[in-house]
Amino acid sequence: MTISTPKTMYEKLWQSHLVEAAEGETPLLYVDRHLIHEVTSPQAFANLRFHKRPVRHPERTIATMDHNISTRSIKIDAAGEGAANQLRALGINCKEFGIELFDMGHKNQGIAHVIGPELGLTLPGTIIVCGDSHTATHGAFGALAFGIGTSEVEHVFATQTLRQNKAKTMKIEVKGHVGAGISAKDIILAIIGKTGSAGATGYVVEYCGEAIEALSMEERMTVCNMSIEFGAKAGLIAPDQTTFDYVEGKEYAPKGEIFKQAVVDWTNLKSDDDATFDAVLTLNAKDIKAQVTWGTNPGQVISVDGIVPSPEDFSDPIEKESCVSALNYMGLTAGTKMTDIQVNKVFIGSCTNSRIEDLRAAAGIVQQFQGQRVVDNVDAIIVPGSYRVKEQAESEGLDKIFTEAGFEWRLPGCSMCLGMNDDVLEEGDRCASTSNRNFEGRQGRGSRTHLVSPEMAAAAAITGHFVDLNA
Amino acid sequence: MEKFNTHTGLVVPLDVANVDTDQIIPKQFLQKTERIGFGVHLFHDSRYLDHEGTQVNPEFIINKPEYKDASILLARENFGCGSSREHAPWALQEYGFKVILSSSFADIFYGNCINIGILPIKLSEDEIDQLFKLSPNAQLTLKVDLPNNIITCGELSFKFSLNEFQQYSLENGVDSVGWTLNKLDTIKAFEEKMPAWQ
Ligand code: SF4
Repeated sequence: MTISTPKTMYEKLWQSHLVEAAEGETPLLYVDRHLIHEVTSPQAFANLRFHKRPVRHPERTIATMDHNISTRSIKIDAAGEGAANQLRALGINCKEFGIELFDMGHKNQGIAHVIGPELGLTLPGTIIVCGDSHTATHGAFGALAFGIGTSEVEHVFATQTLRQNKAKTMKIEVKGHVGAGISAKDIILAIIGKTGSAGATGYVVEYCGEAIEALSMEERMTVCNMSIEFGAKAGLIAPDQTTFDYVEGKEYAPKGEIFKQAVVDWTNLKSDDDATFDAVLTLNAKDIKAQVTWGTNPGQVISVDGIVPSPEDFSDPIEKESCVSALNYMGLTAGTKMTDIQVNKVFIGSCTNSRIEDLRAAAGIVQQFQGQRVVDNVDAIIVPGSYRVKEQAESEGLDKIFTEAGFEWRLPGCSMCLGMNDDVLEEGDRCASTSNRNFEGRQGRGSRTHLVSPEMAAAAAITGHFVDLNA
Repeated sequence: MEKFNTHTGLVVPLDVANVDTDQIIPKQFLQKTERIGFGVHLFHDSRYLDHEGTQVNPEFIINKPEYKDASILLARENFGCGSSREHAPWALQEYGFKVILSSSFADIFYGNCINIGILPIKLSEDEIDQLFKLSPNAQLTLKVDLPNNIITCGELSFKFSLNEFQQYSLENGVDSVGWTLNKLDTIKAFEEKMPAWQ
């Protein structure tokens, strides 16, 4: 009898996708699913054309229009000529290379990382790539999913494979259960606050523990989505019954006997009990409070009942310096209570928090404030992640709850997460945003972003400042 | 891809940690369908005083006349974090950077650089510190020797390492897609063994 060494989920995914590990070459992995969008694909298509190479498996690639599109109109040129050019190019490229495209107004259109899961394109045990760093979202299913550059997009198009060096593994265990009102966003922000914004560079992270197992699929996606924000190559959560129930019956998911066989395979994916990781981090769920970022990277985050830190709080000289420049950029004074920070913009959306459960959570908070409306000096927009999410929300009457309270209800897209369309902040604007990056200038030159959960964003819209909803 | 062998160039010290790809090339410049035209927008928000990019910021180090010909960028930890946009290395390359030195790089950015022929070199924090001390007033010129994995500057030298295949690809300007396409049979054999659901 041979005893095999215990393996992590990452190692299992790696092994099952290893096409070749030739001497002197970076290992070659098979890619099951490739999601593409208008911004990072045109140059890859151009090179294919130049070399007269076909897309090897057009049926393994799905295209959507998300980054550049207007959230006010489904007209292709509604967000300007530059955007329209890229969108049209995507249409032409998909047609020429035989790729299925969800274009403007298509019922399946939406942010790549929202539509992949909801259509059943995202499956456990697969490798999924996309020219977008938040591809880690799909790791919530136990898929190895990561962002790639345009040269790699071209490599996947032509070969359906990628060269990858093996990453180190990190286990992040969240023990016990979170308190009432604490969201998946708070969990991941608290993790990043602990590791710092580069704490997992070179690692694939596996999230586990009771608090993670208790999450719904959508909440798991929120957690995995932000893996890149502390440098991780990918984030993984072991597939379980919650996962299988979610996938079953989805449009593109396997059906019948094949689905049954898949579940057997997927059940074996989880890390073996005695598998070893290169690093381990443990958090107690009950210590996690609602989180708000105060700085210009996602690691600069604190509990809502805390105060804006001072450079003196950091011993590391680089962190100290980062704190000085972040406070300066953010226009904040050390010692200010987080709940005293006033915002004038609110954005609920992005591949982190634009799914139906996010919108329900935000609407729930709006209802808690019984009849109160978005305060006068705040503009608040809600951007569903996809047309399916939008339709579902409207069928539940969530759009009415929002619009009656003074929120704007928009069309799906990436929108203000990166502001490539006209949803951009002005210089000096301060925004409570459910997106994933608070970098300088991310939502507009000179604008200030505070990353929060949908619940916190909704409360900030109605009160004009951050609120400790548990106080 | 152009081959990379040795490069001798002037170092510009950008003493900032966590330089993300949004800073390297902001999103409003990503609306192109070509690989060119990004260099003028490199570090846009720091490099220009106005949104339109008509007023050069004389304080930003890269704009200082003495660094006009710099081709080696020296930066602090976690360089290139954030988005996967290859537009960031395209912009650096078009501006004229051939080598980037830092104590750490974000993974996707690092791979993107190699794929287009920029050499990202990881040194220890102490070594990076040492280079920052040597670099003010455009005083530092380095010779980067990829085949021998060494950087020299007068008496000083620093060793660096690269993954074997990445080193080979850079030195030989390998067309990585063409390289893998030579292995189609292996890929097909793999596909035949895949389970039905996959
Ligand atoms: S919502 Fe933001 S992070 Fe997500 S895919 Fe779009 S731009 Fe990227």
